Amino acid sequence: MTDVPADVPTDVLERVGVACHREQSGLPVERGAIAAFVSAARNGNPVFWDDAIADEITGGAVAPATMLSVWFQPLPWAPDRTEDAVPLRLHFELKERFGYPEAIMSDNVATYYEPVRPGDVLTSEQRLVSVSEEKTTRLGTGRFWVIDVEYRNQRDDLVAVERWTAFGYEADAA
Amino acid sequence: MTDGAHRLTLAAVTPGQMLPELVHDVTTTTVVQGSAAARVWRPMHHDKDYAVHRQGVRDIFLDTQTQCAWLERYLTDWAGPTARLGRLGTRMRTPVFPGDRMAIDGSVRDVETDDSGCGWVVLDLTIRVGTTVCTEAHAKMALPVDASDNPWTRHGDRWQP
Repeated sequence: MTDVPADVPTDVLERVGVACHREQSGLPVERGAIAAFVSAARNGNPVFWDDAIADEITGGAVAPATMLSVWFQPLPWAPDRTEDAVPLRLHFELKERFGYPEAIMSDNVATYYEPVRPGDVLTSEQRLVSVSEEKTTRLGTGRFWVIDVEYRNQRDDLVAVERWTAFGYEADAA
Repeated sequence: MTDGAHRLTLAAVTPGQMLPELVHDVTTTTVVQGSAAARVWRPMHHDKDYAVHRQGVRDIFLDTQTQCAWLERYLTDWAGPTARLGRLGTRMRTPVFPGDRMAIDGSVRDVETDDSGCGWVVLDLTIRVGTTVCTEAHAKMALPVDASDNPWTRHGDRWQP
C-alpha cells in the first residue's frame, strides 16, 4: 500500500501484507464435483468429459479454472465444527472490526497458474492488500478493502491468486 | 459435448472481433443447480422468501461463481478445448433472476504474444438481460499460436498470465 489513509487504525494497518488464515481444502478435488459444476453451466468442453481428449490436450483430467473457490466452500454443517463456517474470513473480520453491518464484493480478478486436477489437495492463504479511508457511496458510508487469496497445491505449486475488492458500509439513514 | 475438433488459433483472431452471443433462459433450476454445484449456500441463491424479504430483490439470483462458470463455458465454446484461461475479472452490477433471458457477449480487445512465445487474447465480456448489463467481465486467455502449439504444456516462466 503506497498511500496510507490517516484514519485507518494501527491494528488494521499492521495486517497489510501479512499472510493469514492458511487453510487446506476440506476434501481432495474430485471428478463428481467437476461434472456437477460443468453440467450447471451446460459446459460441453470435452476436456471435462472425455478422458482421451483430456490426456491429449490437458495432460489428464483438470477442473474448470473458475471452480477454484468451490474447493474451499465450507459444508453447511460438519460434526467437528465449533464456530460458524465463513469463507474469506479476513473479509468478515474487517467488517466486524469497523462495525459495518453490510458489505458487498464489488470486483474479483482471478489469475490462474498450474491447473487443478482430481486428487489435488489445495491450500489457501489470505492477505490484506489495502484499506481505504472512510467514504460515502450510494450504498452508504464505509471503506473499500482489497484482499488477495493465494492458492497452492500439495506440491506447493502456485495454482491461482484471487483478488477481491469489497466495500463494507453502513447504509445512510433515509 | 463437442468433439474437440474446433481449436481456434491466434492467427484467426483480430482486435475488435465479436464473439457469437450465447443466450440462456434462466430458471429457478439454473440458479439452484449452479449454487449447489458451486457449494454456495447463502440463502439468496435458493430461498425466495429470504431473497425477497431480507434482500429486497424479486427472486433468488445467480451467484458469482455460477456466473463465472457460464463465462468460462462461453469462452471455450468459442475457442475450443486447447484454449487455456489465464485471468478472469468480474464486476457484478445487478442480479440475474429466474425468468430472465441471459445473453453473454464478448469482443476481442487485444491479441498479443508474450516474450515466452505464448499467444494471448484479451476479451471484454458482458452478461446482459435485455438492454441491462448485469455483469461486466474481462478475460485473458491463451490460444495456440499455430496448430502444433498447446498452451496447456506451459509451466513456470513459460506461463505468465
